[in-house]
Amino acid sequence: MSTIELTKLIKRYGKVEAVKGIDLAIADGEFVVFVGPSGCGKSTTLRMIAGLEEISGGTLRIGDEVVNEREPKQRNIAMVFQNYAIYPHMTVRQNIGFGLYTSKLDKAEKNRRIEEAGRILGLEALLDRRPAALSGGQRQRAAIGRAMVRNPSAFLFDEPLSNLDAQLRSQMRIEIKRLHQRLKTTTVYVTHDQVEAMTMADRIVVMRDGHILQVGTPTELYESPVDMFTARFIGSPSMNLLPGSKCSIMASTATEGDILIGVRPHDLIARATATDEKTDLSLTGTVTAVEPLGPETLVHLDIDGTAIIATAKDKFVPAVGSTLTCTAARGSLYLFDAKTEKLLSRS
Amino acid sequence: MTDTPALSHANIRPGRIIIWTLLFIGGLIMISPLLFMFSTSLKTADQVYDLRLIPAAPTLANYISVLADGRFMRWFLNSMFVAVTVTISNCFFDSLVGYTLAKFEFRGRYFVFIAILSTLMIPTEMLVIPWYLMSSQLGWLDSYWGIMFPGMMTAFGTFLMKQFFETVPNNFIEAARVDGLNEFQIWWKVAMPLVTPALSALAIFTFLGNWTAFFWPLIVTTSKELYTLPVGLSSFAVEQSIQWEMIMTGAAIATLPTLIVFLVLQRYIVRGVMLAGLKG
Repeated sequence: MSTIELTKLIKRYGKVEAVKGIDLAIADGEFVVFVGPSGCGKSTTLRMIAGLEEISGGTLRIGDEVVNEREPKQRNIAMVFQNYAIYPHMTVRQNIGFGLYTSKLDKAEKNRRIEEAGRILGLEALLDRRPAALSGGQRQRAAIGRAMVRNPSAFLFDEPLSNLDAQLRSQMRIEIKRLHQRLKTTTVYVTHDQVEAMTMADRIVVMRDGHILQVGTPTELYESPVDMFTARFIGSPSMNLLPGSKCSIMASTATEGDILIGVRPHDLIARATATDEKTDLSLTGTVTAVEPLGPETLVHLDIDGTAIIATAKDKFVPAVGSTLTCTAARGSLYLFDAKTEKLLSRS
Repeated sequence: MTDTPALSHANIRPGRIIIWTLLFIGGLIMISPLLFMFSTSLKTADQVYDLRLIPAAPTLANYISVLADGRFMRWFLNSMFVAVTVTISNCFFDSLVGYTLAKFEFRGRYFVFIAILSTLMIPTEMLVIPWYLMSSQLGWLDSYWGIMFPGMMTAFGTFLMKQFFETVPNNFIEAARVDGLNEFQIWWKVAMPLVTPALSALAIFTFLGNWTAFFWPLIVTTSKELYTLPVGLSSFAVEQSIQWEMIMTGAAIATLPTLIVFLVLQRYIVRGVMLAGLKG
């Protein structure tokens, strides 16, 4: 296990700067998830940590050592790729064992580690099969097995679940998290899926355009986003944003034209009947669509041309086309500067 | 009752019949020299000009006679040695260079590739003189190395392998790099097994090309012990005042390895030709 420290880390491709001097300290045994849209620099950062991309500037430390000039094999890290990188000409056993190809361990120890990885990942019965005979989830488990057997100082995951279907993805999320709790190896995980980030991370790193926007625990990012991008990116469905002019806010700290009001769909409640509850925001619009999810229903509304999503509780499913008023309780509003997109205050 | 698919109208369209007929005629034209070669090899000297396909009195005497001639076996083994060595060399070096051009970024990569590719445009006849001069100056004339060196690595093979290595996902290579393998190990353990169809096609083309090579081995060798089979057979004709039945017997034996290679590996040949977009 190891700490990983990025100091003013830069990656340039010609004149284009893909990673723009980021700083981050990852603690020993921590599970850190890089999240952000395509092209934000998260995979590039991971590949620099792996040694698969040259570092254009700054310092990368793994443990106490500066590893900028070190080859991937000298960094004692293991990486799991999006397309598994499981070799089709080898059996699962050979694939897992391939992680130990250059190891000086004796054959018995290698076999023991392969068997153990197979057991932990539920692949015992499949060890002698070739990847073509495995499902996507099993292939990804084999790829994780190959990383595990080396006992690396850090695991790097590059969107490992993107090729799996929704059900398998949720199952693998739990398996990877469980594996981390068991092995306690420092893990850096890259994804564009905020649900993966929220459910797996000790800390989330939100990236955009080569910069780190915010680092924090999932709850911190959800509760206290520093800007509009993070607020929209974290949480599903995304936070609603409305121009200040369209809202009847009872307590505002800025003039209406300069601000955008953010409210999460789960905080914006549509009810069948009026309530006496003290609210800060009240919005009335036309229902354009409903998504019943069982315990609650997501209600899509049009507020003077702005689309928002609210939540209807208590099995209330409003009719499409009807007019509905939704309210948000005090403390659930986010006020953003419309120009800088920074969070001004919460209300 | 319904027609079975094989008997359906769709399968006996007039267009299809024409295609089959043309293919049949084409196949017949192509196979007839081969059939006459085998037929003549089973005839006696006085039957050679009797053009019947099935000999009146077939005999294996020619085969016994040719195989009993020590020189023939020597030429056969020379051809085998040259073809196998050049094939192994091509599979190794063409793959290595093809992999480098496909998977490594370095200054001048495109230039190197174009330079290699451009040599494909120069006909062998033009290369023979420089090859000969080089062999002469380096003392390679009349030696196995002299026969083999021009073909030890080819632009065609390099191009073929480069195209195939480009289809190997980079993640496979990067995963192996992270796992600690050096570049040579990655090429050998990861990339090579993934391009076996191309490697098979390259091996087949190289083997066949060298097995049947005549022009360069004829020029570079003077000792009869170093003749390859095609060169030896031609000398056979000259010194024995054209005994067609013996030449055809020798040719029939010489054809056997290529026939076997074709029959056993035709799946790879077809795939190789299709994937490489080339003619054999």
